[in-house]
Amino acid sequence: MSLLELKNLTVTFATSAGAFKAVDGVDLNVDPGEVVAIVGESGSGKSVAMLAVMGLLPKTATVTADVMRFGGHDLLTMPAVNKRKIIGREMAMIFQEPISSLNPCFNVEFQIGETLKTHLGMGKADRRKKIISLLEQVGIPEPERRLSAYPHQLSGGMSQRVMIAMAIACGPKMLIADEPTTALDVTIQAQILDLLVDLRKATGMGLVLITHDMGVVAETAGRVVVQYAGQQIERQSVLELFAHPRHPYTSALLSALPDNAKGGRLPSIPGMVPGLLDRPKGCLFNPRCAKANDICRETVPPRQNAAMGEALCHYPVTYAEDSK
Amino acid sequence: MSVILEATDLTRYYTVKRGMLAKPLSLKALAGATFSVEAGKTLAVVGESGCGKSTLARVLTMIENETSGTLTIDGHRVNGANKDELKALRSTVQIVFQNPYSSLNPRQKVGAIIEEPLIVNTTMSPAEREAKVKEMMALVGLRPEHFQRYPHMFSGGQRQRIAIARALILNPKVLVLDEPVSALDISIQAQVLNLLADLQERLGLTYVFISHDLAVVRHVADTVMIMYLGKPVEIAAAGQVFTSPQHPYTKALLSATPVADPTKRGARIKLIGELPSPFNPPQGCAFNPRCSYVRDVCRQVSPAMIKSTVNEVACHGVQEGWVT
Repeated sequence: MSLLELKNLTVTFATSAGAFKAVDGVDLNVDPGEVVAIVGESGSGKSVAMLAVMGLLPKTATVTADVMRFGGHDLLTMPAVNKRKIIGREMAMIFQEPISSLNPCFNVEFQIGETLKTHLGMGKADRRKKIISLLEQVGIPEPERRLSAYPHQLSGGMSQRVMIAMAIACGPKMLIADEPTTALDVTIQAQILDLLVDLRKATGMGLVLITHDMGVVAETAGRVVVQYAGQQIERQSVLELFAHPRHPYTSALLSALPDNAKGGRLPSIPGMVPGLLDRPKGCLFNPRCAKANDICRETVPPRQNAAMGEALCHYPVTYAEDSK
Repeated sequence: MSVILEATDLTRYYTVKRGMLAKPLSLKALAGATFSVEAGKTLAVVGESGCGKSTLARVLTMIENETSGTLTIDGHRVNGANKDELKALRSTVQIVFQNPYSSLNPRQKVGAIIEEPLIVNTTMSPAEREAKVKEMMALVGLRPEHFQRYPHMFSGGQRQRIAIARALILNPKVLVLDEPVSALDISIQAQVLNLLADLQERLGLTYVFISHDLAVVRHVADTVMIMYLGKPVEIAAAGQVFTSPQHPYTKALLSATPVADPTKRGARIKLIGELPSPFNPPQGCAFNPRCSYVRDVCRQVSPAMIKSTVNEVACHGVQEGWVT
């Protein structure tokens, strides 16, 4: 049975200009021990979908779903009191800006200890021992000395390690990492990614990695979901996605990477992600798509089969190898 | 080829006061950089945060004065130049900043933003200025109707176009680009990189391209300068740096960068620890505490920048042949 099961998750924000669908019909299954990457540009709803699962959205957001299950619990019908017992304990999340997600007024021991006290009811001495072992686990040198450190005394990489220590404190079954390395330097990014992958191996937790960096996806993920304007436009294994992207957007995005560039100019995607008021009819990508025709402009595209990367497209990209 | 920008032992120290009784500390943000850039070429400056790349940008654009060393721009020495000469030099070198959301005045219209350098530096009439601004807007791909709009009505990519137009309005010869695409999404990043390549071709501009993204650097650079803790550690032609890096730090940086290809997941060179504090730089080679090749000489003597075979490298090991 999968750990997390989402079917048709939709998040709508009430704005002064009307309702804005930030997440549109997202399906997601995460199995224990698996790394699922959610990729998309800013505004594609990748963070909002996961914040909805964690119950961290503001009141202006309306969350609906056909199924929203985690570890056998139905998150849709569960009372808030019970939900709070799961969130932070069985599923945890780390955020993009480690420096701003730590509380500047409290030291490391207090901030990690808070989770242990609330969820596991541990006493002070036990907590201290556990925190030291957690800090060791995430690779912080001299953990005893760091207990009394405040966030401003830590570098970006260290703060992110503290955040990870906090997230794994209660031994979660699933960890959601929202752009965990975007604010960090390359050499530190490599350290943090290795740490996350090692932790997953050691504990068997599921890892949901939200990112916009195709390099990070290629290095770490098993399965990849590509989001565009709130919709999942493609779902594939990482090897297949990079070898045979099926949705024209994925294909264009991969060839726009400077890594893959041949010659002087990059093949760019014209225009930009549609906003609240300029959602096109039919396929949401049609104004930027090189292959769009009248059908794309009028009719909402169907979901293709698994061989076609479950692409949300009338005309998924085909390759010569397909016929074999 | 003529050299347009030449720096010799360029340094910039900041003095940090630590209270009434303590001695003020000197922070060596830029600890001696020697390099030159040929007209019409792109020098990429690469390094992690705190390595002095932004300080270098501020010194090159004469926003700040150097502490010691010489800087020659287009044949004129910067130190010792009188007020009029400086003013002329300042319009020769212009800068585009990293974040287009904070580098544009939200209360100024686009036309006024691009026009401002002309008001300060030229005696053009309002009609001439408007014509010049519209010409520049067309050049960077903005439409004439954008003249009367405010920055908040634009997306990140378009704002960066506005910032580029403002930098180019005085017909500079050198453009310092301080992480110009790192705040942008991949599809937009490709558009801006293509625009910069077009402009360089058409106007014969020289770029100093500051970035931490090696994929982008590989795509744009002619020459690459890798910096660590305020000093260049390796300078070489772009092809050389990526195919045969010499300095251990360059090697580690290249191997830490995730490659957007899941079939090339390989063993990374793991760098332990973080950038040392610039207040208290290690003795000898700045990289010695993190270097796997370290020997006694590295802890005592700071290596000089020496041109070995093709790359200019500051490393005892490379020079003496025990780092391969």
